[in-house]
Amino acid sequence: MLTYTIRRLLLAIPTLIAISLIIFLLLDLAPSDPTANLPLTIPPDVREKIRQSLGLGDPIYIRYLLWCKQFFVNEPLNMLEQWFGWDIGGDRLRVLSWQTRSPVVDLIVQRMPQTLWVVGMSYVVGVLIALPIGIISAYRQYSWFDQVGTFVSMVGFSVPTFFTGVLVIVIFSVWLGWFPSIYDTTHQVTDWQSFLFQIKQMIMPVAVLALFNAAQISRFMRASMLDNLNQDYVRTARAKGMRERTVVLVHVLRNSLIPVVTVIALGVPQIFGGAIITEQVFKVNGLGQLLIISIQGGDLPTVQTLTFIFAVLIILFNLVADVLYGVLDPRIRYD
Amino acid sequence: MNEAPSAPLVRVRGLKMHFPVHAGLLRRHVGDIKAVDDISLDVNESETLGLVGESGCGKSTAGRAVLRLYDITDGSITIDGTDISNIDQDKLRHLRPKMQMIFQDPQASLNPRMTVAGIVGEPLVEHMSLSKNERLDRIYELMDAVGLARSFANRYPHEFSGGQRQRIGIARALALHPKFIVCDEPIAALDVSIQAQVVNLLEDLQERFGLTYLFISHDLSMVRHIADRVAVMYLGKIVELAPRDELYATPLHPYTQALLSAVPEPDPVRESQRKHIILTGDVPSPANAPVGCNFCTRCPKAEDICRQIDPEFREVAPGHFTACHFVTDTTRKTAGSTAGNEANT
Repeated sequence: MLTYTIRRLLLAIPTLIAISLIIFLLLDLAPSDPTANLPLTIPPDVREKIRQSLGLGDPIYIRYLLWCKQFFVNEPLNMLEQWFGWDIGGDRLRVLSWQTRSPVVDLIVQRMPQTLWVVGMSYVVGVLIALPIGIISAYRQYSWFDQVGTFVSMVGFSVPTFFTGVLVIVIFSVWLGWFPSIYDTTHQVTDWQSFLFQIKQMIMPVAVLALFNAAQISRFMRASMLDNLNQDYVRTARAKGMRERTVVLVHVLRNSLIPVVTVIALGVPQIFGGAIITEQVFKVNGLGQLLIISIQGGDLPTVQTLTFIFAVLIILFNLVADVLYGVLDPRIRYD
Repeated sequence: MNEAPSAPLVRVRGLKMHFPVHAGLLRRHVGDIKAVDDISLDVNESETLGLVGESGCGKSTAGRAVLRLYDITDGSITIDGTDISNIDQDKLRHLRPKMQMIFQDPQASLNPRMTVAGIVGEPLVEHMSLSKNERLDRIYELMDAVGLARSFANRYPHEFSGGQRQRIGIARALALHPKFIVCDEPIAALDVSIQAQVVNLLEDLQERFGLTYLFISHDLSMVRHIADRVAVMYLGKIVELAPRDELYATPLHPYTQALLSAVPEPDPVRESQRKHIILTGDVPSPANAPVGCNFCTRCPKAEDICRQIDPEFREVAPGHFTACHFVTDTTRKTAGSTAGNEANT
């Protein structure tokens, strides 16, 4: 298992380099202009000078290699310096955002907590809701519970979050006035009162995203349970005289969870990617929102870095899913 | 013939197992698959009752229904003096140790995520209060009994061959000292060389532990080897039930005759002279069984009465039951056209 993991990690290196190049080329080919958002009063020659100062005059391979050096060498060194208080020295240029002129990694670190709190929480809530729903739906297939569950997950699956998001804002913020419609990221949790406020402002975005996640996972859970419920070994367990609870929760559930766990693991990178639309609807300034404003502003280093980090996470969690599969299913052996 | 004087260990009367068929937009109940339709049989203590029939005739369903792995449609099942036909599953759970089952597919019937020790030991945890060491001793004891090395205890089912897996299944079934075991085609999924081993193991265990088997199979020669009495099923019904030697020597029901004539004869000279009864047509659907005798659509001797009246399953000679209009109590021979004419007049 360990050698398998190491081999997969080594294989990931060329994959990621290729991905970074593709992202870079795609962004370069895209007709975006970092000065397009500047006031119209700026004359064209000044704009050209701004572009030159951002390095856009250099050939593409120089710019790509520069980004590689900044991201793969300078940023890790910088991180080491910060974490351990070392002074490695040398004049290192970090990956700078063209819009804010601050290092992209710092921006990401600032925005990560909001995204993890809202999107991550919605994933956790979604999974916690989805598993029991999937289990009961499968166990009582075609019962009213299953029918309602199927309907709700179809709704959650097919109605986009920009609709449900706005809908809950209209209902709960505008009409009922229960929750704030805008997520206040400057809010600090210091005491019970502020904690309650934090919960209140999280409820709507978390609920909207959780519905979406739960819809997907509960379907997986249900299908996987149904697969296993009809297996012969379940009949064996009943013939042994096991309690129905043991049959379902030990024999069936443990086997059914194998594919579901990997699906859940594969979904984790989405949390870090942020829910672009939902963050936008509730004004959560997380990573998704950072990505969208960077795209709008033609801020290539930020887009490049963020997208690349998502790619790393996706590859990483693919590996995690595969390893989990090997741990959970004794029939699968990696070597 | 050798009816035991005492009450049989297993007594099944009028067992019916119908699976509802739902169809249409509203999934209305439109009919039933009559997988098992009114069968009655007794299994005496320490004997092996063979249950044979072609694929889809309902023999596996019958085996599962006898152990109440299904909620039966109708009928009564008494095992060791307890009527289990309508008892709820929770009470039934406590009776499970007495009656066990060996399944057909040794791969699918073992939980892939449990080790051998887990599979064999689980019923012990549930039904007996043993300490951890006592339990492990019992697991080893069972593994010895079925001929599995003790060192296999922590392996998973996929690491074994088919024959070894079936041994695990047998060890599991034996764990709780059962009296009655339903063997649902235990050898059908195995190589011929392994079949003999497993059947011999089942016979040894029967002798050692005084087990009673309901041995379901489509392999007539294997049933002849292991069974004391044999029941023949066709389309959800038992058409003939007799002591083994009598059934193989003088089959009375036309279906049994056809079935036995299909068993190949090892001697090529005799094989070439033998008369085969070739049945034409397909088995009717159990959802839409024919009126009258179930076999009338394929029976070479069928007459009008067969298409109208369902023959009664009756004892035509001591211990020899059959369901055919043309077999009379007095004639022990196959009733030919003469008997048929008599019945018609």
